[in-house]
Amino acid sequence: MTAVSKRKLYTVIGASSLGTLIEWYDFYIFGSLATILSEKFFPPGNPTAAFLATLATFAAGFIVRPFGALVFGRLGDLIGRKYTFLLTLVLMGGSTFAIGIIPSYENFAWAPGIILILRLLQGLALGGEYGGAATYVAEHSPPHRRGYYTSWIQTTATLGLFLSLIVIITCQQLLSKEDYYNWGWRLPFLLSIVLLAISIVIRLKMQESPLFAQLKSEGKTSVNPLKESFGHRANLKMVLLALFGATMGQGVVWYTGQFYAQTFLLKTCSLEPTQTNTWIGIALLLATPFFIVFGWLSDKIGRKPIMLAGMLLAILSYRAIFTQFYRYADVSQKQEVAAATLTKTHTEAVKKSKDSLLLTTTFKQYTDGSTSETEVRQLLPADPGKTLPKPETKKTIVLADSYGIKIIGLIFLLVLFVTMVYGPIAAFLVELFPTKIRYTSMSLPYHIGNGVFGGMVPFIATLVYEYSKTASNPAGDYLAGLWYPISVAAVCFVIGLLYLNSRNNHDHLTHH
Amino acid sequence: MDKIKRILGVVWMLLGPATLIFLVYEAWQKIKANPVHDVYLPWMIIVIICIPIAMGMVLFGYFAWLGEYSREKIE
Repeated sequence: MTAVSKRKLYTVIGASSLGTLIEWYDFYIFGSLATILSEKFFPPGNPTAAFLATLATFAAGFIVRPFGALVFGRLGDLIGRKYTFLLTLVLMGGSTFAIGIIPSYENFAWAPGIILILRLLQGLALGGEYGGAATYVAEHSPPHRRGYYTSWIQTTATLGLFLSLIVIITCQQLLSKEDYYNWGWRLPFLLSIVLLAISIVIRLKMQESPLFAQLKSEGKTSVNPLKESFGHRANLKMVLLALFGATMGQGVVWYTGQFYAQTFLLKTCSLEPTQTNTWIGIALLLATPFFIVFGWLSDKIGRKPIMLAGMLLAILSYRAIFTQFYRYADVSQKQEVAAATLTKTHTEAVKKSKDSLLLTTTFKQYTDGSTSETEVRQLLPADPGKTLPKPETKKTIVLADSYGIKIIGLIFLLVLFVTMVYGPIAAFLVELFPTKIRYTSMSLPYHIGNGVFGGMVPFIATLVYEYSKTASNPAGDYLAGLWYPISVAAVCFVIGLLYLNSRNNHDHLTHH
Repeated sequence: MDKIKRILGVVWMLLGPATLIFLVYEAWQKIKANPVHDVYLPWMIIVIICIPIAMGMVLFGYFAWLGEYSREKIE
């Protein structure tokens, strides 16, 4: 391997990580703003349907990620890592900025279709980005420190989410509720163009990976990376093992810890968004250093034991952790301060209609310091002969500050499991495949595991929860959604335990 | 251990189609009960995505059954 100085190595890590972090930021603001986007870009009506429609768009972003992995992975193995992930960066930043300038559905009927296309482009770009960054850093790193150095790339996904939450919360705090709802939510998308410009400048200064440059100078690069990756049994079997024995379980643990937890707290528990996002942000920040810790540890004791331990802990504790979340937010178990209850009623005209809307808002306070606000929106048809439609009810709970430490602690645990499964995964994947087809071979299982299995967690879990609602149990089983990540992680754990090699495999990176 | 890996190959080969059949059955039931856009679209997405993954699982099981993941072949 070409010797790389420590200083240069940190420059490589810094430059790669910053670009990847920005790509994750771009990708996450869509997910973090899913609820508001569903109201702005999808036809109004049933709020659950609108929410699912946005999640479907969210999932569509993930589903195309494996295609991005194939397209850009092939390109990266043919022309090099540097220019490929520069291209993915431009595609991602451009799509994100465009989402910020599309008029809402109210003024532009094509908005849902265009948003979907932009989301697909985001997914395509992300599919090409991660494999390139992980490969690029790994190919600069000494074999015995590969877990540690690539773990910096692993932090970018969480830091990208953290950055997206910071930007969203800042916009929410600086603007009035009305301004934020009307146009303020667009600011995180528009900011992307500035971040894009910065990371293009940084990435243009980077040089090609030494291993790839050497292969190219020797004329040993792959002629057909797709065929060599998936057409040859020796490599295909490792791609399948990487998917079913590692990335599939890692993906569901990651998305349950970082995304479904957020969906669960906001939608199922009806917690107030700014409070919830702040607590999630704190937990993410506290847990992020553990990506580095477990990456470093994987150089000492191997990738497999750490990843599988993370999966097992997640399988065993998910139900208990989410039960606690639900209990903290369950106001039916809290004691009400009767004197503090306040009900306000007012009627407002419905735009472009003769109908009116009766809004009844009830504020309640509880002895533990928590408060709740229930808004019932009843449409009153102008024609008295028309039957009253079913009212829409929206509940928002603000928990007392004393719950902060408990909820942050539980989210921290969820993210800690994520750091265990995700910290060593880049090093694990790059070591499975030879240099000339590494970008293609590692990108596909990574993006199927994370994009498809993981990316679908909020969507499938919400769907399963909705289906658990029956006439006899209209509230549904709030833990039903967890069956999906638990069962996928359990199958992956068994496959990983039995079939994965326990020893670190450095051969492919030292003898290409 | 290699023998267990091979025997479990059969389980993985069956798991792929079993998951797919379960999903198609569930999708059919849910769509039949409520045939609206918001129900059939997500189910179609899920089923379509699962087809290549189920095929991959069968192939993984097949390789396991052939002993492709035996200690001497992957170390």
